Amino acid sequence: MTNKREAQDTVLRLSGITKRFGALTANDAISFELKRGEVIALLGENGAGKTTLMNILFGHYTADEGRVEVFGQPLPPGAPGAALAAGVGMVHQHFTLADNMSVLDNILLGTEPLWRLGMGRGAARRKVETLARDFGLVVDPDAKIGALSVGERQRVEILKALYRDARILILDEPTAVLTPQETDALFETLRKAVAQGLSIIFISHKLHEVMSISSRVLVLRHGRLVGEVKTDETDRHRLAELMVGAEIKAVAPSEATPGEVLLRLSGVSTPAQGNRPGLNSVDLDLRAGQITGLAGVSGNGQGALADLLSGLEAPTEGEMDVAGTRVRGWSPRTAVAHGIGRIPEDRHRTGTIAEFTLTENAVLEGYMKPPFSNRGWMDWSGAERHTAEIIDKYDVRCPGPDTRIRLLSGGNMQKLILGRVFEAGPSIILANQPVRGLDIGAVTYVQEQLIAARDAGAAVLLISEDLDEVLALSDVIRVMSEGRLSPEFARGSMTPAELGVWMAGQGFEDAA
Amino acid sequence: MAEIIDILLSASFWAAAVRIASPLIFATLGEMICERAGILNLGIEGIMVLGAFAGWMAVYSGAGLWTGVAVAMGAGMLFGLLHATLTVPFGLSQHVVGLGITLLATSVTYYAYRLALPEVTSPPRIEPFQPLEIPLLSEIPILGQALFAQTPLTYLAFVLAGVTWVVLYRSPLGLALRAVGENPGAVEAQGLSVTGLRMGAVIVGSGFMAVGGAFLTMSAFSSFFFEMVNGRGWICIALVVFGAWKPGKAVLGALLFAAFDALQIRLQQTGLGAEIPYQVFLMIPYVLSILALVLMSRRAEVPAALMVPYNRGER
Amino acid sequence: MRLEPVANPTLGRSIGFPAAALALTVVVASLLTLLAGANPFETLGLILAGAAGSKFALLETLNRATPLIFTGLAVAVAFRAKLWNIGAEAQFYAGALVAVLLGTGALGFLPWFVLVPVMAAGAMLAGALMLLGPVVLKVRLGVDEVVTTLLLNFIMLLFISMLLEGPLKDPMGMGWPKSEPLDRAARLPRIVDGLRLHWGFGIALISAGVIWVIQACTTLGYEIRAVGQNPQAARFAGIPVGWVLIKTALLSGGLAALAGWSEVAGLKGNLTLDISPGFGYTGIIVAMLALLHPGGVVVSAIFVAGIFVGADSMSRAAEVPTYIADILLATALLFMVLAILLTRFRVVRG
Repeated sequence: MTNKREAQDTVLRLSGITKRFGALTANDAISFELKRGEVIALLGENGAGKTTLMNILFGHYTADEGRVEVFGQPLPPGAPGAALAAGVGMVHQHFTLADNMSVLDNILLGTEPLWRLGMGRGAARRKVETLARDFGLVVDPDAKIGALSVGERQRVEILKALYRDARILILDEPTAVLTPQETDALFETLRKAVAQGLSIIFISHKLHEVMSISSRVLVLRHGRLVGEVKTDETDRHRLAELMVGAEIKAVAPSEATPGEVLLRLSGVSTPAQGNRPGLNSVDLDLRAGQITGLAGVSGNGQGALADLLSGLEAPTEGEMDVAGTRVRGWSPRTAVAHGIGRIPEDRHRTGTIAEFTLTENAVLEGYMKPPFSNRGWMDWSGAERHTAEIIDKYDVRCPGPDTRIRLLSGGNMQKLILGRVFEAGPSIILANQPVRGLDIGAVTYVQEQLIAARDAGAAVLLISEDLDEVLALSDVIRVMSEGRLSPEFARGSMTPAELGVWMAGQGFEDAA
Repeated sequence: MAEIIDILLSASFWAAAVRIASPLIFATLGEMICERAGILNLGIEGIMVLGAFAGWMAVYSGAGLWTGVAVAMGAGMLFGLLHATLTVPFGLSQHVVGLGITLLATSVTYYAYRLALPEVTSPPRIEPFQPLEIPLLSEIPILGQALFAQTPLTYLAFVLAGVTWVVLYRSPLGLALRAVGENPGAVEAQGLSVTGLRMGAVIVGSGFMAVGGAFLTMSAFSSFFFEMVNGRGWICIALVVFGAWKPGKAVLGALLFAAFDALQIRLQQTGLGAEIPYQVFLMIPYVLSILALVLMSRRAEVPAALMVPYNRGER
Repeated sequence: MRLEPVANPTLGRSIGFPAAALALTVVVASLLTLLAGANPFETLGLILAGAAGSKFALLETLNRATPLIFTGLAVAVAFRAKLWNIGAEAQFYAGALVAVLLGTGALGFLPWFVLVPVMAAGAMLAGALMLLGPVVLKVRLGVDEVVTTLLLNFIMLLFISMLLEGPLKDPMGMGWPKSEPLDRAARLPRIVDGLRLHWGFGIALISAGVIWVIQACTTLGYEIRAVGQNPQAARFAGIPVGWVLIKTALLSGGLAALAGWSEVAGLKGNLTLDISPGFGYTGIIVAMLALLHPGGVVVSAIFVAGIFVGADSMSRAAEVPTYIADILLATALLFMVLAILLTRFRVVRG
């Protein structure tokens, strides 16, 4: 009797899901069940196979083996349309929204038969408004997506799923880009959804969130399901061990000894880039031997600040001094010449050239000077020696300097970039999302290198959307919102919630 | 100056402008549909050549005029299918494939022409579409003759522009088409097929281009010459940009462009034509196209995913 | 379906797919000859014989390959930087025009060993300037260079036509729109006396070598590749992307113009409107078949020229229109780009 009841309660069953990409097994025979009104957390570090698994469930990928059942019916593989029709909705980590179309258009997309005229917008708008009210997802249906904040875009993503009457909601790292307050609001929405009988799969690598929202935790490691525990029967410590297979040693920087100001911005403004704000009269001091952490919701001007320090953008107003001298003719090349080492946000698109070898990538910033070239003639042997040194010193795992860099893992790619930047002996280091998407070993390595650079006297600016990372590494913290910069907060002087208020743009009026 | 005003006030001038605009409207709409879905179709020039030949040849072989139009469209769609297969699922360079399609379609056309008519020195003529005067409307001064005394194929061009607008902005299909050129990921996440939408757009768009070519042999002239398309396809690509990827503006752009073209043809016969070499007049359309591109460059609302191939589940 | 990168393509993969592409091309061409009522084997045999069956045929092929090496190099250099120069035809005529302007007496006081290099340099400059406009528009305003370079081809041809019917018209030309013949000193000599192969071919080979050295050994070559592969990363690293594109354009336009100069000064001796049967456009095929490699350009230019020369001679003997050559090459191009993709990616389900 109870067995039968349980079976009816099961809304989703995955059995023996296996997915290989070339030699890599991303998912290895994974099976689990989801019950009605349940929130399960899928926990695992980057590269553990969480997103792949959910992409199989949602039909973006086809599994090599195994099957998916939704409400007792097998789900045809490789068809997001079928998953949607069966009541599975997914909120992707990278939002799947068309920027120059309205909220309503994005929600309506694909919901009606293609071959007919007219859109039934009136009824749709009423339904969206009702859902928005019921679930606390306020957003203007006629606004263009491009004009919305990250938090609002996520609400649209959830509305998209609810509009299609999703009964199972998959959320892939939904809190990665939110303020602590927005995260709380999201959890409130999710609790309302569960109360209405929805089931939720919550993908995350943040232990405290997993503990707070889920009733059951599945832990993935290297593509395998290594643990399945009830949330109230475990704790963060045990989950961390399951996730990484060893105890997590958080990097703990020693006390900093700040020196002179190496980079000073006084009242600097830069133009907006499309929908993203530029800098708005920013004052910033970066001191030798200090890590300045920049917190903030993505798209609030961090990109503009990174572009400024990288040399991609010049100030339209205000002054920029590097090591006490005013900069002129600002460009990426002059930025490097002024001793700024730049770790870009996107190592695939900006940091490296995929089809180039490690050697060619290692000399991207210094190729025009000896020992890599002489009067316009490349010296490939010099370049190769340099690359071999980087590979050795920074522990880049690769077949050799002639390997195309696209064949490397994210962590090894990042190590090569670190080598390229650090070997040039920078006095100022811009680290923009330096550990995003890396596995825990690489994260620790990169963070330790940044701390070592600080201890060696470099001024480090760490930009991260991950508030925990900013809190862990920074000697001082600034918060950015709509291109404005908060006052400097010393380490330990602010709680995450207090910083969240600034991230939401709310302290600035008082400060002004 | 007085000569120009005389020309601008004559009904025949405006009738010529609308006639010259018609093939451009077909092909520009076709290219616009492709680009709205995210695919640049540089096969346009060759597909127009092919359409011009296929429609004309069908009629010359005894088919009806409308059957000829259908044959041209079918031929265009076939090459559209080839283009779409290479650029959508395989994601090959749209530049290279497009130019390759133009070369292939052109050479296949010339080959077929030589096979079909090995002996002739001057191409045979067909009985083309005749002007169809719409009662009452065609009697409006100037405008009437310009707009309502054209061949059925011209009317079709304007109807097609209207239909394209309605589909694009007032139907779920159009919403999906616009979205797939902006963010294919969004389309796939909503359960629609990126490949299907993009391939469909390229195939239909190529069909439109071919009808544009067929207009030349079946409505504007009555026989097929080599070099008769003469860069019109490339001009249409400029017109898509000039029309900001919108059907209404594209039609206006084509009309404006055609008016300049009609004007230069007439100016050649005036006193000006005696003083200035005719080649200068012939350059005007091409120069205008470049100017249009330069003018629109700052305001262009390019579909965000134009020329970005979509590989499902790319990691 | 989905494309998955192949980490280390096997030799079979690297050779098999391109070979299959060529085989398929031949199959398509054979079907078309059947359509024309001819025997495909016979037709292909005639094409081969016409291209390389005799010393005369071979020299004719090499002569035809000469402008294609130049335009192929021009396209290859530009495409490496993802600069879509489809205007090699216009640049060709720019070079041809300068050859006529300088070679018909204006610089008659110069000895040949000065005149010839001056003409070549002038031609390169003209071709480079021809591409400069579109590239500056691209770099400064983001205007797509494909359309502008294409449209310039038509404008240039009309301009040449205007000159040939006007100021440059040969008074002794019986009314034909052609220029005066070049002075003796302005002509390129033959490589071997009595054989119809001029020094333009030699200079084309040297150019290919120079381009190869630039690409493999210089910082400019490295910059061009970086800009072509990933302009965003190149810009971030400090490579002046706009300047690199302009330098690439000057090189590319100059090479295409050398083709025009070599045709006028080496082969034809004067300028006519039909001096190029689409050498600029064919250069795209040459470059793509060569995978943009300068050495490959020489080989593929000779191959492409052979197809054209062979098809010309074949169509005199068989009832197959010479356009079979164009079909053959366009098909080869499309199959080849697909084959190259398949050597590097595997098509997988889902």
